[in-house]
Amino acid sequence: MNWLDILVQGVLLGGLYALFAAGLSLVFGIMRLVNLAHGDLIIFAAFAILLVVSTLGLNPFFAALLTAPLMFALGWALQRVVLNRVLGKDILPPLLVTFGLSVALQNGLLEAFSADTRRIPAGPLESASLNLGLVTVGWMPLLTFLSAVLVILALNRIFYATALGRAFRATSDDPVTASLMGIDPKGIFAIATGLAMVVVTVAALYLGMRANFDPSIGPARLIYAFEAVIIGGLGSLWGTLAGGIIIGVAQTLGAAINPEWQILSGHLAFLLVLLVRPRGLFPRAVD
Amino acid sequence: MQPTVTTRTRAGTLTGLFALLLIAAGLALPAFASRSLIQDLFFILTMLTLAQLWNLLAGYGGLVSVGQQAFVGIGAYAMFAGVILWGMDPVLAIPLGGLAALALAIPTAFFAFRLAGAYFAIGTWVIAEVTRLLVAQWKTLGGGTGTSLPREATSNIIGVETIRALFDVREAAARDILAYWLALALAVLTIAAIYALLRNRLGLALAAVRDNAEAANSVGIDAGRIRWAVFLIAAAMTGLVGALIYVQTARISPDAAFSVTDWTAYVIFIVVIGGIGRIEGPILGVLVFYALQTLLADYGAWYLLTLGLIAIAVMLFAPRGLWGLISDRTGLQLFPVQRRLTGISFKGGQT
Repeated sequence: MNWLDILVQGVLLGGLYALFAAGLSLVFGIMRLVNLAHGDLIIFAAFAILLVVSTLGLNPFFAALLTAPLMFALGWALQRVVLNRVLGKDILPPLLVTFGLSVALQNGLLEAFSADTRRIPAGPLESASLNLGLVTVGWMPLLTFLSAVLVILALNRIFYATALGRAFRATSDDPVTASLMGIDPKGIFAIATGLAMVVVTVAALYLGMRANFDPSIGPARLIYAFEAVIIGGLGSLWGTLAGGIIIGVAQTLGAAINPEWQILSGHLAFLLVLLVRPRGLFPRAVD
Repeated sequence: MQPTVTTRTRAGTLTGLFALLLIAAGLALPAFASRSLIQDLFFILTMLTLAQLWNLLAGYGGLVSVGQQAFVGIGAYAMFAGVILWGMDPVLAIPLGGLAALALAIPTAFFAFRLAGAYFAIGTWVIAEVTRLLVAQWKTLGGGTGTSLPREATSNIIGVETIRALFDVREAAARDILAYWLALALAVLTIAAIYALLRNRLGLALAAVRDNAEAANSVGIDAGRIRWAVFLIAAAMTGLVGALIYVQTARISPDAAFSVTDWTAYVIFIVVIGGIGRIEGPILGVLVFYALQTLLADYGAWYLLTLGLIAIAVMLFAPRGLWGLISDRTGLQLFPVQRRLTGISFKGGQT
């Protein structure tokens, strides 16, 4: 067993989980909404990209570029039409609505695309690798990880260096006071969900190119994303990346010992962190 | 007349009488009903019990769990363990299911209660997944592919011989009747227990914690302890239901026993559509659910798609469900838990 190899592959896998988690973290940070359909939305986006690739014959990256604005619009509309109506002090309605959405999406995809496993074809990139001397890494995992870092950099930049980010933070702190300053919290929420769906598109692109997917695997992605967010600590995007890496390394390590233990060891790592640091490793938000 | 606080209403008393009649009819039903009706009723009664328990958690306790399949699954597996490993009678092994679920609920609560609000939901889901993956490693009980109850165990279930003689039916049908009676007993017991709970001090405390934990704390209610109590009670009962369901099915696999769709999604839809936070809600909900299932049975995924969309529509337009709509129009309460002041007559103009 090559420990360095396991560590490197685990870290790179963590990049994918961080991509799953960044959208969830963003939405929760701004409106305290836990979207139980997050995983299914990733799978939905993967099917959308696949559809564009197969009908227009485009390169997957261009297809994702085309899909992203559509996903933004979908997220925006979802927030405007559905989620804004149920947001409030009671956490029950948004949870139940997104749970209903999760089941509806899964079965809608099942009807539309059947239960067959699919993959977004990425050509030679799928198997290309880079020899770094001590370890060899695949281009695809490397690109995934770099994209995760890039997405988090971009989100942090939006949050802390733009007027929109200021509005995000103000609404997150206190929607009523923010609205006194001329911010429309519901509009801000819609933009935030739209933005989260753009991140979801990036996550879907790599999910679809790296491995097979089918309509039923959304909930498991939601769980990985959630674990990464909690390990990292609420409100910290870099923490989310760290959380993703911890899950990724734990899974790779577990799989190296016994392939059946891959998923389990990721969950156990999460429970361990929850036991030792209930608020995560880098908590920022108070709630 | 002395002013008194009461929860009693005329509709409530009538419901009680009607319920007694219904229970008597339910007990006598196997004498007339076909086997498929008995099986359908078994399904309805077990789903109703699961829904009542989830309603107790989410609707009254404010604990939205998406991981109740953990307790169904562990309860079922504990019953299987009792039968296969220790040679117990399947029916007598059902209490093991309750005990196992209770034992699992303690670490689950320990972890999940560390997660505030909405994250509690996914936390319970993670624990259910961990339990499923661990149980799939249990090779003596079939590992990932599952196993069946041995024939010698299912053919000698206590009471089945008597039922066979009583109704003059085949052994398999007699087993269904026994499972149906147990499901009826469990459903009645669960509803009665929840109703009694909500009418006493604990129920009042529960509502207070759900509505405002800080305010409840300030009047001396230990919110943490109440949440623990409700979570453990619901888990243990859910484990019993799980064990009973798999006595009837007689075949188990980790994916089926820990299915989030079968044991949590359906249950949530039943409660949401019927009306959350009311005892009447799950009763109405399970009837709608059964009707939809019968109507849409041939359409596969469309059925779940429809259920999901209906649940969203209900949360958007009638957040207290169908029973909420009925109750708002008519003021009807079949299981009154609201405390009202009676014995005072207000004169015109005075307050």
